[in-house]
Amino acid sequence: MAETTLTNTHMAQARPQGWRGIAADWSSDQRAFKNVSWGKAMMWIFLLSDTFIFGCFLLSYMTARMSTTVPWPNPSEVFALQIGGSDIPLILIAIMTFVLISSSGTMAMAVNFGYRHARRKTAILMLLTAVLGATFVGMQAFEWTKLIREGVRPWGNPWGAEQFGSSFFMITGFHGTHVTIGVIFLIIIARKVLRGDYDVGRRGFFTSRRGSYENVEIMGLYWHFVDLVWVFIFAFFYLW
Amino acid sequence: MVDITPRAVDAIPPAEVPEVELYHPRSWWTTYVFAQDAKVIAIQYACTALAIGLVALVLSWLMRLQLGFPDAFSFITPEAYYQFITMHGMIMVIYLLTALFLGGFGNYLIPLMVGARDMVFPYVNMLSYWIYLLAVLVLVTSFFAPGGPTGAGWTLYPPQAILSGTPGGQDWGIILMLSSLILFIIGFTMGGLNYVVTVLQGRTRGMTLMRLPLTVWGIFTATVMALLAFPALFVACVMMLFDRLLGTSFFMPAVVEMGTQLQHRGGSPLLFQHLFWFFGHPEVYIVALPAFGIVSDLISTHARKNIFGYRMMVWAIVGIGALSFVVWAHHMYVSGMNPYFGFFFATTTLIIAVPTAIKVYNWVLTLWRGDIHLTLPMLFALAFIVTFVNGGLTGLFLGNVVVDVPLSDTMFVVAHFHMVMGVAPILVVFGAIYHWYPKITGRMLNQTMGQFHFWVTFLGAYAIFFPMHYLGLVGVPRRYPELGQTAFIPDSVHTLNAFISIAALIVGFAQMVFLFNLIWSIRHGKEAGGNPWRATSLEWQTPHTPPRHGNWGKELPVVYRWAYDYSVPGAPQDFIPQNDPGTGRTAMGMA
Repeated sequence: MAETTLTNTHMAQARPQGWRGIAADWSSDQRAFKNVSWGKAMMWIFLLSDTFIFGCFLLSYMTARMSTTVPWPNPSEVFALQIGGSDIPLILIAIMTFVLISSSGTMAMAVNFGYRHARRKTAILMLLTAVLGATFVGMQAFEWTKLIREGVRPWGNPWGAEQFGSSFFMITGFHGTHVTIGVIFLIIIARKVLRGDYDVGRRGFFTSRRGSYENVEIMGLYWHFVDLVWVFIFAFFYLW
Repeated sequence: MVDITPRAVDAIPPAEVPEVELYHPRSWWTTYVFAQDAKVIAIQYACTALAIGLVALVLSWLMRLQLGFPDAFSFITPEAYYQFITMHGMIMVIYLLTALFLGGFGNYLIPLMVGARDMVFPYVNMLSYWIYLLAVLVLVTSFFAPGGPTGAGWTLYPPQAILSGTPGGQDWGIILMLSSLILFIIGFTMGGLNYVVTVLQGRTRGMTLMRLPLTVWGIFTATVMALLAFPALFVACVMMLFDRLLGTSFFMPAVVEMGTQLQHRGGSPLLFQHLFWFFGHPEVYIVALPAFGIVSDLISTHARKNIFGYRMMVWAIVGIGALSFVVWAHHMYVSGMNPYFGFFFATTTLIIAVPTAIKVYNWVLTLWRGDIHLTLPMLFALAFIVTFVNGGLTGLFLGNVVVDVPLSDTMFVVAHFHMVMGVAPILVVFGAIYHWYPKITGRMLNQTMGQFHFWVTFLGAYAIFFPMHYLGLVGVPRRYPELGQTAFIPDSVHTLNAFISIAALIVGFAQMVFLFNLIWSIRHGKEAGGNPWRATSLEWQTPHTPPRHGNWGKELPVVYRWAYDYSVPGAPQDFIPQNDPGTGRTAMGMA
């Protein structure tokens, strides 16, 4: 990761390990996180903030679910698909989760190839990630349609507490928006990789900053975060 | 603790990160309007915040007119009064103070004080301002929308916030309010990420975290807090917007309104309160911490003395920031809660007094035997300390459940929070403007107008808010547009209310003088020179005043010492700038 070495710090020779190292980095000049670029640091801090958003959403949902006096619909029945005459619980969600986790794998490979400046492979893997992400959103749209057909609305549903529908649409909708934004940016960055923007240091249209292959990794941070959030939504909404 | 003193000057690594690629504006539009320079963005933020703050000031006059002279103004109906109260509170807390401290002072001072050329991502920074402006415009729109702005109170508690009995509840008011808040949070996040990353990763050579001026520490910690606290408000706004627009029941229990059963059922109004105050209490410190930081620098500079206990000041800021996330429910004692929770939150609330008291003692000890110059910034800083102690002490009363329960719905609380997070931070805002105006414009603000502004504002604020404590103790309820003929309220209350209202009008007038001074001095102020206060921190050492695009000319400054080398024994003058290599003998060397 030679190109991420941005500051030639005098600590490069003898940097203390472990907690002493962290203390030494934080008490040094210029950068608290050595060799972490501005973009990557900003993405990490944004994700921390976004964690609080999803945390608040999930906590609110749990509060609603625990304090409701009417029964909560049974997720394994609601989210079951009828295939070949029998109800298979959570099958669609299982596939969706599998698709999204797989997309994290392709993203990680894209980041790897990005650091080797393998233009085509990086771009193809990023586009594959985007396709998997779009598939996820597509299946989510299918799930929404199915539930709406069955009468689930934000303000009520046939089976019990009306907070079920409202929390479901709000949380999965908010997560789906994150995935959609991710897919859009995956395509944008894949295009930049393919065009060789990061090889020639072409300036961004809006920011007039030169990009680098590190942008692939920053994109990856966001994508893995979105996947991780899904795991929590999956656990708290579908498995509970 | 790791040794933070530089070993030798030549051990400092070479500067200039390749990422410093500034956006160079080519036209008037990209220089002054769609500007990416943090200094221009700062001024845009500050002007927008002051403009909307003026609206909130006028609203406060209207409220005071109604309270002081209940039957004199027929156009101030109870509904209008609630709308004034709501918009006044929301604008002052969020659109004025938060935006001014973080968007205004943060943008101007952070890059200059840490020795950077700009924020790390100027384009995102620009977007931040434009989204903030959009949020303000949406807020202003609600004044002209059918039904007027929301009158739900600045806390927007459901269920009343979206019921038809509340002004704007079933009209556009609450929708625009919530949308505006969501926009504000999005815009703020863009700016806030910039401030945090600039402080962490964008400093110049030799600038360690423990050499940052406390102003930067205050703004930095407040920004981190805002990035973690605003999400709760964001979520609360989204959910209430759904309750209002889609008919969900996140916050809405079963309600019978005018004999009609509403569609909502099973929601939890308390959930909103928790979300709101998980944001709302840190918000108090989001406003207060930058004020703490700025006031430390003002006192040190104008008393020509190093700040007392710099390390403790930093840890106190960080500690207050962390603690303020575990005290939120002290705003909810009257909402009803498990007594053990009340005990927990009362305890944490009172613990916050410890780091806060450390800060107050350190300010006073900085003044102790200092060479105090009673300049305008110093006057405002001193006024801040007095006011803050005053408001903080009543906070100790209210932090206790048994005291809070009877006082919570009285004017005592109004007096408390106006003292501690209204008047006190605003005094710092004024002090900071008097202090940094010469750097921003190259000219001093007019002294005579400034003196008038200070004394009227400071004494006037006491004339307004001090009597309110007594009003609260005799049981005058807050949020009431008029008291009417109530047996337990003595006549003197009405006299006092009239007195407060007149004082409020006079103080408001003094602010007009201040605004006039701001504009008048741009052309007619005394030439300031580069460093009129003989201050040490980096922003006063720029090659040009006002600083130009890129701040530092060809070479970034190199920092050799902390920001508080005032009156160092044996030094040729009574201050040593941070970028002065000097003899290597620094006050920080003793640490």
